[in-house]
Amino acid sequence: MRVALLVTHIRAEEKLILAAFNNRDISPDIILDRELNIEITQGAEQLAPSGIAWRDYDLIFERCVSTSRGMYALAILNSWGVRTYNTYETAATCSDKLQTSIALMQHNIPQPHTRVAFTPDSAMQAIEDVKYPAVLKPVTGSWGRLLARVHNRDSAEAILEHRQTLGDYNHHTYYVQEYVDKPGRDIRAFVVGDRTIAAIYRASNHWITNTARGGLASNCPVTDQLDEICVRAAEAVGGGILAVDVLEDTRGAFVVNEINHTMEFRNSSQPTGVDIAQEVIDFVIGQIGVVA
Amino acid sequence: MRNRMALCPACDGEVVIPADAMENEIVSCLECGAELEIMCLDPLELDLAPEVEEDWGE
Repeated sequence: MRVALLVTHIRAEEKLILAAFNNRDISPDIILDRELNIEITQGAEQLAPSGIAWRDYDLIFERCVSTSRGMYALAILNSWGVRTYNTYETAATCSDKLQTSIALMQHNIPQPHTRVAFTPDSAMQAIEDVKYPAVLKPVTGSWGRLLARVHNRDSAEAILEHRQTLGDYNHHTYYVQEYVDKPGRDIRAFVVGDRTIAAIYRASNHWITNTARGGLASNCPVTDQLDEICVRAAEAVGGGILAVDVLEDTRGAFVVNEINHTMEFRNSSQPTGVDIAQEVIDFVIGQIGVVA
Repeated sequence: MRNRMALCPACDGEVVIPADAMENEIVSCLECGAELEIMCLDPLELDLAPEVEEDWGE
């Protein structure tokens, strides 16, 4: 079985993934996204930077921290029929919060009330429509960057002016959500195929609870209710290996906030007791149907 | 294999390179906080890691 790991660089997650492959006697090639130089029309016959033709790989496992590099590499590879995890379809949907919202809506999955506008004036109206406090997010981006909780019209005007003046066109798509008054935590659930293998609470005194921003991880029991909404959400965006971020509203009901297609999990195996990397890799190997 | 030491290209401080380190792995300099990339294991060569870009994330 020939596998390549496509990466920007090696982080803790990639080492855990490589170790999980090694546990199954598979030694993936490592391909750096910075070394890609692809002739689009030449197809999978051409050599990857590893010196192996792309078509000879049973799987390319995409783990780029650079969303754009990973996504376009998946687009090319999938167009050639090369098998990848995740797929381009899934990555393209998850990397864009608006596309994710559309996919969730199409599958009747609860999400925060969300509005979209394209000018500062209409964005101001959108903010007032969802009522204060509102949350303003870039449609692309991660790790809680550039999220703004807007408490009143004065701060809304300031943030919108900054976005319009200092941001590129990506920041002129105004994605506005109601603020979900969550109980000092949110839920990060790890979905592999059709199963939620583990989940953590991310607790913080700050309203942004990402572990990248200091949120503390603890085990969250995977109830049938949580599993059901997370698996449905994962399927809505194309399925695969995904981290589904879930909020609990004041009534305790779940709403899906966003879905991540190159999930980070280094701090999640210890509190959950689940070897997330091994679960992921065993699923991938099973899907390929090749016994190593 | 044992941990090895290398000089930080930013501050010349000593950086611990774990025994199981890999090429293109990111390590941190505990003296200056710089993020560093292991460019080569033999001979050991570190460089400043790329700056986080706007599209980086999960």
